[in-house]
Amino acid sequence: MKPKTLFEKIWETHVVKTIEDGPAVLYIDKHFIHEVTSPQAFKGLEQRGLPVFRPEQIVATADHNVPTENQHLPIKEALSRLQVDTLDKNCKKFGIELYGLGHPYQGIVHVIGPEMGFTQPGMTIVCGDSHTSTHGAFGTIAFGIGTSEVEMVMATQCLMQTKPRLMRINVEGKLHHGVLSKDIILYIISKISASGATGYAVEYAGSAIRNLSMEARMTVCNMSIEMGARCGMIAPDETTFKYMRGRKYVPRGDSWNSSLTYWKTLFTDDGAEFDAELNIDASEIEPMITYGTNPGMGIGISGHVPNLRDLEENEKHSFEKSLQYMGLEPGMGIKGKKIDYIFIGSCTNSRIEDLRLVADFVKGKQKAKDVEVWIVPGSKQVEKQAHEEGIDKIFEAAGFILRQPGCSACLGMNEDKIPAGKYCISTSNRNFEGRQGPNARTFLASPLTAAAAAITGRVTDVRELI
Amino acid sequence: MKAIRKIESTGVPINIENIDTDQIIPARFLKATSREGFGKNLFRDWRYENDNEKTPRKDFALNDTRYTGKILVAGKNFGCGSSREHAAWAIKDYGFDVVVSSFFADIFKNNALNNFCLPVTVSDEFLKELFTAIDIRPSTQIEVDLESQLIHFEGKNVIIKEKFEISPYKKTCLLNGYDDIDYLLSMKEEITAFEKRALTPNTI
Repeated sequence: MKPKTLFEKIWETHVVKTIEDGPAVLYIDKHFIHEVTSPQAFKGLEQRGLPVFRPEQIVATADHNVPTENQHLPIKEALSRLQVDTLDKNCKKFGIELYGLGHPYQGIVHVIGPEMGFTQPGMTIVCGDSHTSTHGAFGTIAFGIGTSEVEMVMATQCLMQTKPRLMRINVEGKLHHGVLSKDIILYIISKISASGATGYAVEYAGSAIRNLSMEARMTVCNMSIEMGARCGMIAPDETTFKYMRGRKYVPRGDSWNSSLTYWKTLFTDDGAEFDAELNIDASEIEPMITYGTNPGMGIGISGHVPNLRDLEENEKHSFEKSLQYMGLEPGMGIKGKKIDYIFIGSCTNSRIEDLRLVADFVKGKQKAKDVEVWIVPGSKQVEKQAHEEGIDKIFEAAGFILRQPGCSACLGMNEDKIPAGKYCISTSNRNFEGRQGPNARTFLASPLTAAAAAITGRVTDVRELI
Repeated sequence: MKAIRKIESTGVPINIENIDTDQIIPARFLKATSREGFGKNLFRDWRYENDNEKTPRKDFALNDTRYTGKILVAGKNFGCGSSREHAAWAIKDYGFDVVVSSFFADIFKNNALNNFCLPVTVSDEFLKELFTAIDIRPSTQIEVDLESQLIHFEGKNVIIKEKFEISPYKKTCLLNGYDDIDYLLSMKEEITAFEKRALTPNTI
C-alpha cells in the first residue's frame, strides 16, 4: 500500500464525494461555534427555513465578547450583550449545547474543546475562528471558516474543500532552558513569513515536538494560521492519550479501547510524501519577540530589527509603515525597551500549564511599578484550577490581576484594550495594527518572556533571570 | 446571489502587503448580528484619524477622490489573519466586486467567493504594472472577464493582459449565481448514507 501522511489518513475517511474538477465534500465531525461569527449563520438557516442538521455535533460557548470582570453581572455594553443573548436564544431554538457565560465549562472555544474531551484524534473540526488549528495538536484536521461556511455545516454537516498541499516541519533536538513552544512557532513563522504556508496543511514532527506537553503542542498548532496554513497537526501519541483519558466527553471502557486502537493508526507512514519539508534545529531557537505588525516579523530576544538594506525592494514600504506604527527604528535591539502592559492569555497561551509556568517564575517577585499585568485564564476550569493550586495568591502577591475567562485583550472586543501608543507584551497570536485596541503596540512573546517583562518593566531575556 | 460575469471599472489602489482582516474591519465592529452595513467601517482605522469620520486621512486611497470604482487593488497576502467573513461583507458592501492582488490568504479567498466578490490573483509583475498605471492615470480602466478568466488594462501605450486561475466549480457558481449551500443541501441523502457507513469511530 502507498504510504500515507497523517493528513491523508484523516482526509480520505471524511470525503463524502469529490466533484470533478472541483472541491471535495468533506464531512465534519465536530463544529464549535461562538457568539461573534454565528448569528448571521443562524439567520441564514431561518431565512431558508432549515433546521440544524446535527445539533449534537455542535458545541457553543461565549468567549470573544465577554467581560473578564464581574461576569455575574449583565454585560454592560449593549451590542456585546445582544450578541451573547442571541447565541443563547439560537442554541435553545436549534437544540445546541451551550457553555455560556456563568457556566462552569465556559471558556475560549479552543481551550474548552480539548479540555472537555470534545477534541479527539482523527476528527475533522471546524469553527468560525481562524485559531481552530489549535485542535490539530490531537491529530485532527481542524481549520477556521467564515460565517457562510458555518451556515453550511449547520445545514449539512459538510463543507466544500479543496485538498491543500502538504508540508512537514521537523523540529529536532533539545530546546534551551527558558525557551517554550511559543518560541518554536514564532521562530518558524519568522523563518517562512506570514504567508509562507498558505495553501498547505502543516504537520509538525521531530523530537522537540514529541517532547512537548499537549498544552505546548496546542500553542504550536494554534499559530499555524499566522503563516497562512490551512491547518496544523501533530500525530497523537502516549502524551495525547494520557492527556485525554478520563476527560468528560472522551469515550470510556470498551469504547475507549476501540477508539485507542484507531487513534494509534494516525501517524505519517515512513516514505509518505510531502509537497514541502522544513528542518529546524531546536538548539538554534532563543526566546522570541516580534517587532512589527504581523507575526512573521519576529526576532530572537538578543537580535535586532532588520535594516532596510536587508529587505527586498517591494517589502520596504510595508516594513517602514509597520515600524512607524510600532515607534521603532530599523536596526535597533528590542531588549531593554520599556513596557506598559502585560497580557497573559488567549487561545494561544492561557491554559493551566501556562499559568503554572508564570506562577513558578514570579513566586516571591514583584511586578515593576509602572506596568499593568492582566492574566486571563482560558476557561472556568483553568480559573478553578488556578484557585485550587494557589496560583491566584502568587499572582496577587506579585501585583498581577487574575481576571475571568475570555478572549479579552487578544482582540480587544470587550473592554480589555491596550491604550493608544502603549506597549504591551502579549502571549496572544497577533500583533496587527489596532489588534489590542486602536493604536496599541503589541510585542508577541512566550508566557515566560511576558512574565520577565512584568517583573523588570522592560523587554527582558528571561534566561538571565532563571 | 447575483451572478458575476464581467466587471469593467477603475481601481482603488492600496499598495501595502499583508493587509490583515483586522485592518479591513476592526474587531470592535464585529458585534452586529446581521450581514449588512459593514461597508461604512471598511478600513476604519486607516480611513479616519482617531476613529473620527470628520477627520479622514487624506493620504488613504478610499478618501482620495482620484480613486473610485468597483475594483480594489492591493498588495501581496491580502486578507490574512482572522477568519471573519465580515471582511468580505465590508468590501462587498462598500461597492467592490473584485479584489486584485498577487496573493490571497486562504480563508479570505473562500469568504470572498462565497459573497460573490471575485479575488483575482495576478503575478507580482502584473500587480506592479497595475499600481504604476493607476498611479500615473487614476482613470485607468480595468476589465475582469470571468468567462475567459482574463484581466487587462491599458498601460503605457500597451494593453497589459493576464489569465487568472479559478476552480472550474467556483467559476460555474459565480457565473450562475449558485451558492455552495444549495449544492450541499441537494446532497443530504448522500450525506446521511455516508454517516451510516461511518469510517471512523469518531463520526457520530
